[in-house]
Amino acid sequence: MDSSFDTIVIGGGLVGAAIACGIAERDRSVAVVDGGDRDFRASRGNFGLVWVQGKGADFAPYAHWSGMAARRWPEFAQALQDNTGVDVGLQQTGGYDFCLTQQEWDAREHEMRRVQAHTHGQFTYQMLDNAELKARIPQVSDTVLGASYSPLDGHVNPLYLLRALHHRMQNLGCRYIPDQPVVSTRQEHGHFVLDCAGQRYQCERVIFCAGLANQRLARDLGMNVPVEPLRGQLLITERVAQFLPCATLQVRQTMEGTLQIGDSHEDVGLDDSTTLEVITRLAARAVSIFPHLSSVRLNRAWGALRVMTPDGLPLYHQSPDYPGAYAISCHSGVTLAALHAAEIANWICGDAPHELITEFSAARFDV
Amino acid sequence: MFRLIDNTDPELVEIEFDGTTVAVPAGISLAAVIFYLDAMPARKTILSGSPRAPFCMMGACFECLLEIDGIENQRACQVEVKAGMKVTRQLTVSGGEAT
Amino acid sequence: MAAAQAALQQGVKVALFDEQSNPGGQIYRNVDSSPLAEVSLLGHDYVFGQQQVLAFRHSRLDYFAGASVWYLDKSGSLGVIYQGRHQEVKAAQIIIASGAQERPMPFPGWHKPGVMTAGAGQILLKSAALVPRQAPVLVGSGPLLLLLAWQYLRTGVGVQAIVDTTPKVNRWRALRHLPPALAASDTLFKGLQLVMAIKRARVPWYRQATDLRAEGGERVEGLKFKSKGTAHQLDTGLVMLHQGVMPALHMAAAAGCETQWNGPQQCWQPRLDKWGESSQPGIFIAGDGAGIGGARAAALSGRLAGLRVAHRLGLIEQAQCDRLARPHFNARQRHLAIRPFLDAFYRVGMNALNPVDETLVCRCEEVTATEIRALVSLGCSGPNQAKAFVRCGMGPCQGRFCASTVENIFAGQRAVSVGEIGRFSARPPLKPVTLGQLATSEGE
Repeated sequence: MDSSFDTIVIGGGLVGAAIACGIAERDRSVAVVDGGDRDFRASRGNFGLVWVQGKGADFAPYAHWSGMAARRWPEFAQALQDNTGVDVGLQQTGGYDFCLTQQEWDAREHEMRRVQAHTHGQFTYQMLDNAELKARIPQVSDTVLGASYSPLDGHVNPLYLLRALHHRMQNLGCRYIPDQPVVSTRQEHGHFVLDCAGQRYQCERVIFCAGLANQRLARDLGMNVPVEPLRGQLLITERVAQFLPCATLQVRQTMEGTLQIGDSHEDVGLDDSTTLEVITRLAARAVSIFPHLSSVRLNRAWGALRVMTPDGLPLYHQSPDYPGAYAISCHSGVTLAALHAAEIANWICGDAPHELITEFSAARFDV
Repeated sequence: MFRLIDNTDPELVEIEFDGTTVAVPAGISLAAVIFYLDAMPARKTILSGSPRAPFCMMGACFECLLEIDGIENQRACQVEVKAGMKVTRQLTVSGGEAT
Repeated sequence: MAAAQAALQQGVKVALFDEQSNPGGQIYRNVDSSPLAEVSLLGHDYVFGQQQVLAFRHSRLDYFAGASVWYLDKSGSLGVIYQGRHQEVKAAQIIIASGAQERPMPFPGWHKPGVMTAGAGQILLKSAALVPRQAPVLVGSGPLLLLLAWQYLRTGVGVQAIVDTTPKVNRWRALRHLPPALAASDTLFKGLQLVMAIKRARVPWYRQATDLRAEGGERVEGLKFKSKGTAHQLDTGLVMLHQGVMPALHMAAAAGCETQWNGPQQCWQPRLDKWGESSQPGIFIAGDGAGIGGARAAALSGRLAGLRVAHRLGLIEQAQCDRLARPHFNARQRHLAIRPFLDAFYRVGMNALNPVDETLVCRCEEVTATEIRALVSLGCSGPNQAKAFVRCGMGPCQGRFCASTVENIFAGQRAVSVGEIGRFSARPPLKPVTLGQLATSEGE
């Protein structure tokens, strides 16, 4: 079995798979070494949003980066379907974030204005009151104050996206090696050596896309990747007659007709279990926004751990001491997928980086 | 498809099944009623219209879904028949459900 | 029932949540509220349950019939749907006794109306006094299949044929487990009597059956199969399947209890100590849900869990707990003596566990074996990745009827044991609950 490659991507989630596809388009010898079937795997807990509104209110480059990513999505989805036959279900008709209190409304409006300023008007939004909201989504409750709306937002099926990326990887000749969690990495005679569960791999370039494991793993090659878990719980319902024509931050309707209801932000360490308190709270919120959902049955509830950097922004880092070693982390693996498969992959292949990439280096965490 | 065992003479109750009034043994589950009435197929799946009927009778397989008194997707094997119930099979592929 | 009573006797305050509306579980379903004129028709082992249910009815505990536990976590929080409303309950110690489920038996056409489990036939018989109008074809392997055949013969229904999938090699493999099984000679004898009654009735008995296929349009009309290499076809409108039982693990797994693979019984079971306590302190599992052992062993494991709970709650000392438990441990040992023999004799063959490509593996989401196999070739890391990619296991039954098949397909393609493949993750809700019910929760 071949164990020597030009490039090894550690981690086969949304980030690793997208980057692997991008590199494999240019370079034949790529392998993705992945962890186990029951590992934490943030990609399986993703809500599926292609989301721009609110991003980068405190950091202009992120606003630009997210906008760029969202605008690339239609072409990216089409290419994936043409290449693999998998329809990731992109619906990009705009997104709503509901405001249930005046305080929420005021804070949101403030946030939207800042993003708009950062992007010099490229980011657009509307603040809609209850009447305007009901004109677009009649099932919204009278008690909802309103919502922020941004036309560039949307959603996909995140699991189908992962599947499509894996398919594309295979079509491009990438080797996918599951169940091989990396134990340690080192440099030896000018290449990188990865010690996994019982196997050893070798490469010229190594990309750490291992989610929460990045912190421990990337340290072997002198990189400081501070990531912490942040739990989000999600609810999925039975199939319901289609009524939601677009994505919202609280409830989205999948192409199968099921409803996905989210989400929470809990600092509980490496614990992806569900809690009764959050499940009932999410259900109550969904019903308060859409009262007709009261009779809809819950099918499954689960928790997943987001991979969060201290400032919540992506991390695109090239090791200063070990050329050829990179670390990539973000919690928006869906929104940014197209850029990971293009700009990030190209940068890793040696092209001059897009000017925005350097804004997200890990150097910002070195005090 | 199924009949009462010999020497059984249960009380009967009247229900409306797919719009018709029928008399069925009291105290049995609606899934048992489906077999008593030989109402096959009991359901058609939303995804492909595949014909189905109760399979496990113990609430685990979710094949026996029926509309009972206006509420869809109830497990018939977990609901005891009561006089006056309005029971409808879910046989349409489109319409009420999403595709 | 046994667990509740054992705990009660030591002064524990007990609440019992039963999804059924009468006590008895599956084995003793409706035993004290039977619609049958003659309960003895169903056999002595069934009637035996009457005394247990009677004793239970007279105990002083909070019995909630028709209560669905849809949520359970390691902190002892429960979510219960009772009388249409969701309630939160907290308990210091929990005993899960949710029993077993039949092992799914997938083959082309198994989803057609008129194909059902042998257990379904038993439920119709016990709780509704309903029997088939036409003699059915019974397909599969295991004591339950033979019991049902015998019950249908006794009730005048008849059996069109038994299509027995028990592999030939089992007979020899089981022989070496026979000596210890002789300790339970009365059970063996009962089994032999069943077999002889079926033979006396001249029921066609096709052995070593493979290549099953149910055919028909809107309902099953016929069954094709091979027996000892010869092809057969039977016209039939009713096919009843049985291929053994396995612990119903959903609740325990969702609560975070660790599981382990039982090779001889070909199923997952929770990892427990001898009292039945799981890897989550305070959560016990008793009965067939802890490991398949039959009704008598189940009741004994209930008693042991009940005693241990009383000890955990400080109501009895360790020494007294051990003293009271000793006869139950011994009796349980005796009842379990026959298991290795039964497990070997009725071991499911590899071909039955690995259905042909066109078979519907996931009935809810209509995913075929072809699609699962394609994923294994894609390098899919395991059943949970497969679930994420093609939705098998995401439907309303949450993998209860497809998990074992998906695991077996992975194990087969990778040439490893299922124990190395791993299982579907289990999550709440364990039973259907509406958003409205959750939104108006009541504490306790």
